[in-house]
Amino acid sequence: MKKPLEGVRIIDLCVVWAGPFATMQMADLGAEVIKPENPFVFQPMTRGRVARPSQAMLDAGNSWAGGMPGGVPGEKPWNYNPTFVSLYRNKRSFTVDIRRPEGMEVLRKLVAVSDVVYENNATGTMESLGITYDWLREANPRIIFVRVPAYGSTGPYYNARALGVHLEAVMGHSLLRGYDDTDPSTNTAIYSGDYLAGAQGAFAVMSALWLRERTGRGQLIEIGQAENAAAMFTQAVMDYSLNGRIQEAIGNRDVHGRFPCGVYPALSPGTAATMEDRWVTIHVETDAQWHALVRVMGSPEWATDARFDTNEGRQAHAREIDRNLAAYTVEHDDYELMHRLQAAGIACAPILEASRIFDDPQLRERGFPRVQTVEGAGPRTYAGPMWNMTGTPVEFRQPPVTFGEHNDYVYREVLGLPEDEIEALRAGGHIATEYDASVP
Amino acid sequence: MQALDNVTVLDLTHHIAGPYTTKLLADFGANVIKIERPEGDIARRLGPFKDDVPHIERSGLFFFLNLNKRSVVIDLGTPEGRDAVLALAAKADLVIESFRPGTMERLGLGWETIHAANPRASMVSISNYGATGPYRDYRTTELVLYGFAGEMYSMGLTDREPTKMAGTAALFESGASAAAATMGALWGSKQNGEGQWVDIALTETHFGGVDRRHATSIAYQFSGRKALRTADAANAMPGGIYPCADGYVDFTAAALYAERIDDMLRSPDWNQDPKFRDPIKRFDPAIVEEWNSHFLLWCLERTKREIWAEARRAKVMCGPLFSMKDLFEDDHFRGRGFWAKTTHAELGEVEFPGRPLIFGEGGWALRRPAPLLGEHTREVLEEAGLDPSLIERVEAHGRVPA
Repeated sequence: MKKPLEGVRIIDLCVVWAGPFATMQMADLGAEVIKPENPFVFQPMTRGRVARPSQAMLDAGNSWAGGMPGGVPGEKPWNYNPTFVSLYRNKRSFTVDIRRPEGMEVLRKLVAVSDVVYENNATGTMESLGITYDWLREANPRIIFVRVPAYGSTGPYYNARALGVHLEAVMGHSLLRGYDDTDPSTNTAIYSGDYLAGAQGAFAVMSALWLRERTGRGQLIEIGQAENAAAMFTQAVMDYSLNGRIQEAIGNRDVHGRFPCGVYPALSPGTAATMEDRWVTIHVETDAQWHALVRVMGSPEWATDARFDTNEGRQAHAREIDRNLAAYTVEHDDYELMHRLQAAGIACAPILEASRIFDDPQLRERGFPRVQTVEGAGPRTYAGPMWNMTGTPVEFRQPPVTFGEHNDYVYREVLGLPEDEIEALRAGGHIATEYDASVP
Repeated sequence: MQALDNVTVLDLTHHIAGPYTTKLLADFGANVIKIERPEGDIARRLGPFKDDVPHIERSGLFFFLNLNKRSVVIDLGTPEGRDAVLALAAKADLVIESFRPGTMERLGLGWETIHAANPRASMVSISNYGATGPYRDYRTTELVLYGFAGEMYSMGLTDREPTKMAGTAALFESGASAAAATMGALWGSKQNGEGQWVDIALTETHFGGVDRRHATSIAYQFSGRKALRTADAANAMPGGIYPCADGYVDFTAAALYAERIDDMLRSPDWNQDPKFRDPIKRFDPAIVEEWNSHFLLWCLERTKREIWAEARRAKVMCGPLFSMKDLFEDDHFRGRGFWAKTTHAELGEVEFPGRPLIFGEGGWALRRPAPLLGEHTREVLEEAGLDPSLIERVEAHGRVPA
């Protein structure tokens, strides 16, 4: 069977997370996603924070930004930044300096033979390069142009710089999450808005392509990322809308009040300092599940208290239940707790530290982990596709793409440029597999 | 014209993730026929409720998730119910369901049956851990899902338990991802003239999606480094969340552009100290702490909106921590027409987040509020051309005994 998006070509002018996540999903569905990259301009937080990070920068950074192969910057750090490689499988990369006229001409030719241009740069970036919807439409009237400005292209905040974590703060997420007894500065940064915008961006493009089948026209799509994120907090948004109530952080409790719902310690081989502490989540949704949990624990005296028979009663004595439940769970292995509680119909799972996730029997049984080889990083295991499509399976046909890996393919096969033009572009520094030495 | 107004969806989902998938389809014009059991979707029993009065027509959660859909009550356990659903499936482009694995087969509505009734239709099944494997029948919830498949382990304070995202954010994320997969299936049918079955596990949509989890699992394999559970507060110049005169502001990752930070601060003397500009010393925890003692005072003298205005002027990444009141009253979102309004039989006039994104043409439109339970049973079954006596029997089975 043909892949769902076979024959669709997408130009990925994306940075950071939200855009690349959208184009990765479409690449997984068979689209040809081509990323033009500039050897003279490094886009921070895409192939890393900077092109050539110092050891100090890597060491001070989070593992997911600084955990390079062997823990060192290596020869081409831009090719194996952990965050980058998590988002660039099944895509192609070629280089061109679009700040120069001949570079823009290359991009224009590519636009002419593409279906979609997707960008999520800071507001004004595309305009400063001369990439506007009108310019694109002139090159290709059928083009679909997707833009993901943080707060939309209009209004007082149109120009505000933001990652997911900042716009989520504005949409209420930061005050709604975290411990219920500390101030929000104990929050750890999160980027759930990038997930939502990326998934909806892929949805939007496929919908717009669907419409184009009937109209023959392309169009401009604006994803105001903050607005897009609002859905994730529906319970809080609608509570204010319907009741004027301002919800606050409730820790790990259930937003719908079913109890117990929380994180409990499991038998641990070490401490949090060495990242060997273990925890399980437990969520009891009904009275029957509570009674099942009591039986799993061997019906200890504290748990058979009639006050706990109803959800209201359990909520009223939450601390007492949490304390006793923790005293039980801390004696047991996290996976053992999961199997035991799940066998009794209770939602429970370990909170897995990242080094353990690929050992999970369920993920392995389903063939979810996939091995890919990135140049300079060796064969490693990666998270698999998000969906098991039985008719058109998602294949990992191209490992996370290295800088300029498809220069030949794009210049020769896609654009069909004559050799002398290609040589001129190469001489001009457009065609490269490394960032120019002037780029820090 | 709306982008998906030539697409019919038979929606057998409930709770949050699946209904969010079909909401997106409905928002862009799809004819979404929501099949509910006689008691109604479980989301009708989950708050927030208008005036805190629990009632199947008063849930704000259900209201938002089911805008633009029609509700048809069918007892799937009856032969008439099964016949009616199969008749609807025969005319649908997509069948989407979120029952426990094996339920559709037990009801006589498994993929083989659906495929035989309508070879062009695809079926999307959304389940906790997927339709196969040892955890196939395991339960999950927002908390359990995020702890298992997300980066929850490293969120929070080192000496305390990990903390989750707010509300049911992970379920919404997975619903959006399933909407992308659903469009993929629709395009697959168009390309091949034949539908397919899509088996979606919430666990896999989360881990496989853009959560830090994928990157931390790669970083460990690359370098042996693990992600310590630690708050981000004051870990850079600046970094993380800071208190200010009337709340909090988030400056995560803002330290990358030191010159913009200086501009935001309007170049105070204290920030001109060469050690704050040294590319190596900038990562020294003692220097970072010293810098932050100055920066904290700067924040405490200003409101969150004042700080954000200065940050915007200097192109510094920053986000004030808004409450729902702040958000609802904010001029930017109101001025852009983000909030939508409609009238609902039980809720009266309701305001809610409108378009999730803006199309040049064929985009989001509000066609109807969330349906009352079974509001469209007769209408939809008549449209499908079902025999009147069958419709009567389906309706009779759909009434909940008093």
